[in-house]
Amino acid sequence: MSRRYVSIWLRHFKTDTYTRCYPHVKNIPFVLAAPDHGRLRVTAANLLAQSGAVQEAMVVADARAYIPGIEVIPEEEGRAEKSLQSLAEWFIRFSPVVAADPPDGLLIDATGCAHLWGGEKAYLTAMYKRLAAFGYHARPAMADTIGAAWAVARFGTKLIVPEGEQYTVLSLLPSQALRLSDDIVFLLQKLGLHSIKNFIDIAPASLHRRFGPELTHRLKQALGTAEEQLTPASVPVEYQERLPCLQTIVTAKGIEIALSALTETLCNKLKKDGKGLRRLVLYCYRVDGKILNIAIGTNRPTQHAAHLLKLFEPKIESIEPGLGIELFVLEAPLVEDCTIVQEELWQNNAMAGSQELAELLDRISGKIPSARIERFLPDAHHWPENSYRAASFVYEKSNIPWPQSRPRPLHILATPSPIQVTAPIPDYPPMLFRHQSQLHRIARADGPERIAQEWWLQDGEHRDYYYVEDEEGKRYWIFRLGHYDPEKNNQWFLHGYFA
Amino acid sequence: METAKADIVQRLRKEILQLQGIPSALPASVESFGLGPINAAFPGKTFPLAAVHEFIMQQPEAAAASSAFVMALVGKILPKGASAVWISAQRKIFPPALKSYGISPEQFIFIGLKKDKEIQWAMEEALKCKGLGIVLAEMQELDFTSSRRLQLAVEKSRVTGFVFRNNPRSINTNACFTRWQISALPALLPPGLPGVGYPRWKIELLKVRNGIPGSWELSFVNGQFRHAIKTPVMPLHAKQKTG
Repeated sequence: MSRRYVSIWLRHFKTDTYTRCYPHVKNIPFVLAAPDHGRLRVTAANLLAQSGAVQEAMVVADARAYIPGIEVIPEEEGRAEKSLQSLAEWFIRFSPVVAADPPDGLLIDATGCAHLWGGEKAYLTAMYKRLAAFGYHARPAMADTIGAAWAVARFGTKLIVPEGEQYTVLSLLPSQALRLSDDIVFLLQKLGLHSIKNFIDIAPASLHRRFGPELTHRLKQALGTAEEQLTPASVPVEYQERLPCLQTIVTAKGIEIALSALTETLCNKLKKDGKGLRRLVLYCYRVDGKILNIAIGTNRPTQHAAHLLKLFEPKIESIEPGLGIELFVLEAPLVEDCTIVQEELWQNNAMAGSQELAELLDRISGKIPSARIERFLPDAHHWPENSYRAASFVYEKSNIPWPQSRPRPLHILATPSPIQVTAPIPDYPPMLFRHQSQLHRIARADGPERIAQEWWLQDGEHRDYYYVEDEEGKRYWIFRLGHYDPEKNNQWFLHGYFA
Repeated sequence: METAKADIVQRLRKEILQLQGIPSALPASVESFGLGPINAAFPGKTFPLAAVHEFIMQQPEAAAASSAFVMALVGKILPKGASAVWISAQRKIFPPALKSYGISPEQFIFIGLKKDKEIQWAMEEALKCKGLGIVLAEMQELDFTSSRRLQLAVEKSRVTGFVFRNNPRSINTNACFTRWQISALPALLPPGLPGVGYPRWKIELLKVRNGIPGSWELSFVNGQFRHAIKTPVMPLHAKQKTG
């Protein structure tokens, strides 16, 4: 399946955002202005102002001459970027990968998303309607590449480029549609290359020589021969604590103090919300711009600061402070609901015990990451190897009982070990068997117990199990694979040891 | 005069036991576990909980017998719903089999670690945990220092620990409370009767602090220990089979 991208052009993004916050300017012409070389210059004008011939980059005095009494609003720096970012984050409802495309657009990876809205057209319409309800003037366009979608959103007439047709669509558009810097656009204009079709067929090497790498790269991106990545708008972590330091921290003790302060506040916050954390990451921002991190995980949601500190303790050494750490950020990316245990009251209760156990398991898996921690629950299979399963989490409960009808060995071999046997009559237990060059004479036996293959899961022959005791009183679980057959030699196996 | 003296001696003995970290006598309801004559070997005449017990085994068959004896004890010691930890390098236990020892297999948490050192550390950490019922660990070697650490952890938390030593290179002195060796014995069944009888073991108590080591023969019948069975019993599943 080819990839599909949506680019949205928010034509009057700055003024629309302002109108969204302050609806009283909706029906009057206004401009946003910022000081530039000692005068006020228009940075954005709303539709009403534009219809009165007020343009972007105009000096405010000129704008006042065109429209007397025009509202002039000083622009806050960084406000547009912020609102674009939050709009991108909100746009996750349409696709998991959304990126802000400053100054006035959004980019969306819509691969495999459109059918959920009943087709590409309906998908774009839904986006348009949503944005229009917010008061934005939006032009969404869809294509196979980010470049083509961007171009069509701003310069195209038909907003959906069918799969693989970006070449034909792009050749009709002006050269500005390629996201080029002003210098290159100017140069192209000067040479009479007004439209993409004028140079789309020129060999890339010649274009590269004349215009530099940017033009060929943008052209390739728009045609889909060069890769382009989106940087998705990050989802903020809800439980995060920051600790900026006036003086840089260089000692392990300092890190420990910072960590304990952060954990304390984070745990208080979690307690207030009735949540517990499962993962905790500490980011250390160093003076030289490097970001170090250490992470811990817990087996059950916890808000117990002392326990978390204990888990972090052995990892603090691994942080190299270098020239010093100026900012600590503690993040809990995985948070679950958690009931608070009244520890004092229930000290001897099983609940408090399991809390202690969880902390023990955290300590072990924190110190020895290769530790396998397992708990077993019955599984609805009669084949011995499949008759139990590992619990997916430590506190899982099973709703089927353990089978108890037949004797089962206490120790089992992970894979049955082949043995040589001497059996007197078909389907009788053997008289003796040899395992790892040791001879065992069988004194007593019980069986056979036939365990058939679970044919709906796996192929193979059934097993006839015997519970045997040798002359010394050692007890084994052995089996023959398949029916007795004088023609072929049946293979026997040792599978376990009884008490 | 004489009785007063005896009283003083009794009291002093008790104090010495306590100073040595040996648990004082348990409430009557949990004592004995049906161990019968074996109880006489222990100080205080009851199986010592809150101590570390060491089991020596050389072969897989002996390992199975030791596990079975310990599981039979654990089935009586471990309260319902309490958790136990089993630390080993390679898990050999077949979980569904635990059910026949009166243990719910999900009560056990199995921890797989590679080195003896890691296992010893994890066991010590687990023994410090008051919330646990039982801690078991399988390891090859256990030196005096490590065993002392385990014993100290146990004295504080009152958890019972079991150490299985698989094929140890040397049977060295250590601070474990007892040392056992269990081997399988042929089941007692009337001659000519088909089937395999109930498990029977030879229990050797090689070492016990402030007690009397000894050797016993013990069967395990339907969840109970039995000594010196005169009339052999037929196992339940054999009865079902014959009709």
